[in-house]
Amino acid sequence: MARLRDLAKKPSPLTSGHRACSGCAFPQVARQVLLAADTPVVVVIATGCMEVATTIFPYTAWQVPWMHCAFENAASTLSGIEAAYRALKKRGVLDKDIRFVAFGGDGGTYDIGLQALSGALERGHRLLYVCYDNQAYMNTGIQRSGATPTYAYTTTSPAGKVIPGKTQKRKDLTEIVVAHDIPYVAQSTPAHWNDLITKVQKALAVDGPSFINVLQPCRLGWTFEADMAIELARLAVDTCFWPLYEVVNGEYRLTYRPKEKKPIEEWLKLQRRFRHLFTPENRHLIDELQAEVDRKWERLLKKCGLA
Amino acid sequence: MSQVAKELMALTGNEAAAYAMRQINPDVVAAYPITPQTELMQTFAQYVADGLVDTELVTVESEHSAMSACVGAAAAGARTMTATSSQGLALMWEVLYIASGLRLPIVMCVINRALSAPINIHGDHSDAMGARDSGWIQLFCENAQEVYDNVLQAVRIAEEVFLPVMVNYDGFIISHGVEVVETLPKEVVQAFVGERKTPYKLLDVEHPITVGALDLQDYYMEHKRAQSEAMRTAMPTILKIGEDFEKLTGRRYEAIETYRLDDAELAIVALGSTCGTAKDAIDELRDEGLKAGLLKIRVFRPFPWKYIQTALRGKKAVAVMDRAEGMSAVGGPVFHEVRSCLYDLGDRPPIVNYIYGLGGRDVSIEDIKKVFNELVPIAETGKVEDFYRYLGVRE
Repeated sequence: MARLRDLAKKPSPLTSGHRACSGCAFPQVARQVLLAADTPVVVVIATGCMEVATTIFPYTAWQVPWMHCAFENAASTLSGIEAAYRALKKRGVLDKDIRFVAFGGDGGTYDIGLQALSGALERGHRLLYVCYDNQAYMNTGIQRSGATPTYAYTTTSPAGKVIPGKTQKRKDLTEIVVAHDIPYVAQSTPAHWNDLITKVQKALAVDGPSFINVLQPCRLGWTFEADMAIELARLAVDTCFWPLYEVVNGEYRLTYRPKEKKPIEEWLKLQRRFRHLFTPENRHLIDELQAEVDRKWERLLKKCGLA
Repeated sequence: MSQVAKELMALTGNEAAAYAMRQINPDVVAAYPITPQTELMQTFAQYVADGLVDTELVTVESEHSAMSACVGAAAAGARTMTATSSQGLALMWEVLYIASGLRLPIVMCVINRALSAPINIHGDHSDAMGARDSGWIQLFCENAQEVYDNVLQAVRIAEEVFLPVMVNYDGFIISHGVEVVETLPKEVVQAFVGERKTPYKLLDVEHPITVGALDLQDYYMEHKRAQSEAMRTAMPTILKIGEDFEKLTGRRYEAIETYRLDDAELAIVALGSTCGTAKDAIDELRDEGLKAGLLKIRVFRPFPWKYIQTALRGKKAVAVMDRAEGMSAVGGPVFHEVRSCLYDLGDRPPIVNYIYGLGGRDVSIEDIKKVFNELVPIAETGKVEDFYRYLGVRE
């Protein structure tokens, strides 16, 4: 259980002055994840918003050892660093305890980086991979990804006269990672800082790979007011669109259960990417999304032994 | 000359590379299997399993991840090696440029194999030639002995010039052919390669560094200029390391090797195992009275233009052998570069190109003699009709 009072005293791993959009939630994700670590960390980031907004030569916002290699290979790059750590420790060149954290957006994780992630998890490297999932290729200008929810508008799945946004389902990456049978998998959001920090601490404590999927509201891509990112993350959880849960050695546990399950509509209506659904002829699409949220929520409750 | 005890071993090219890696004992090796590289990696994996090396072997899920893991490991501060062939090198393409752009001293054996399509597992240089602009130093080997020797030297070259190095050798012809290889004792190898020293490493958590920052119009060009300067000035270091190696072994390694070239009138330029065939062909031709000679390129990147220019000056006719089709419609990649470096000579020799040996097509002594015989009329007339030729192909 972390205390804000203590966290506030720790030096920030990410300085201010970076160039993230106003109202963006990824800096909170990065800061919360890294503040959770009590040992030094080495960070690798996939190409994406977090990489371009926090470095531009000769400047860097990172106060920890940090590397960017390419888009699809944050997991494999970090696995090489972790292997180097083990080799140098074995030789007695290095005696420090160091932890290894990768950050990748949903494009770099769900899609182009899925193979590298899967390989790194299978090989059992002791590293934490954090996906900051903002549900589209936001860095290149809001193109659809495997993480984009059904019926969301993106520039490559626009809502038009005959097609209402992305018609395919969202890939459930957390479940794909669970199938790798690694020691620790979880979902969280920056709105639930204590949930996220506790999960990071659990993840870093396991002697093996761990993965946390963090929903990160994107002001530009989802299109909402600059002060609404945290509220949208909270609503995603309270509507049960993005449940907070963890899977520890294959055992599912819900880490937060909304007192009152809010209708998905409340989350949708605050985002312009779903605006086209709020017409009389598209009303049934919202009902369809609600049914899908309900189905997946019930399925998760069963896995958690709560149904 | 040699001061140290040597051992003669019967090794394939792959085994010679694996044995050199065993003696180097790198911190990290990340690799993915591909024919004809597999024998190297499985031999090395056995060394790991038997505790003969301390290396962390990262058996990745693709060559893209192999090179990515190498980039991470090298940036972390580890001595890092890998090996691949053909499609594997092609899949690494994106990350090859990152390795060199970040100035990471990775050593990679490239067991040269044709690129698909059509799919073919045998030796040619189309993989390495596709990576010739990737910012890696490229060494080419004629036989298994040179594989062993070049792998040892590559570690020092990479770490002294801060550029990654590819050690190229022909798939199957060298990788799977057994030869007698003279090896050094492990402690001599260890003393030769030394410890990796690097001023910046990710694992130095007290001194955090940012590696791979976004680099736009303000600085990208200066960084590329600095990288090109490293390549431009690498040759003296490569030659110095060659001299150090010669002191240990008596075997001489330079940018190029010449064989009966000084007084030759007709010259061929080649890389890799063909040079051995060419030497035999030249001996026979010399017996027949033809003044034939060979220029073997050992260091292809940095391109040894000054050495080539000097060696080919005054020749009456030159044939450049390309074991890769550049698809430029005007000849192969080695031809273009050799021809270009002769431009500044007042008295330029006439020059022709032969595309040969693609997909492992055999090249015999007779084939090489045919090339020299076709140079005879060119030398006599000074004229070249069709400079872009194929050797040993059914038309």
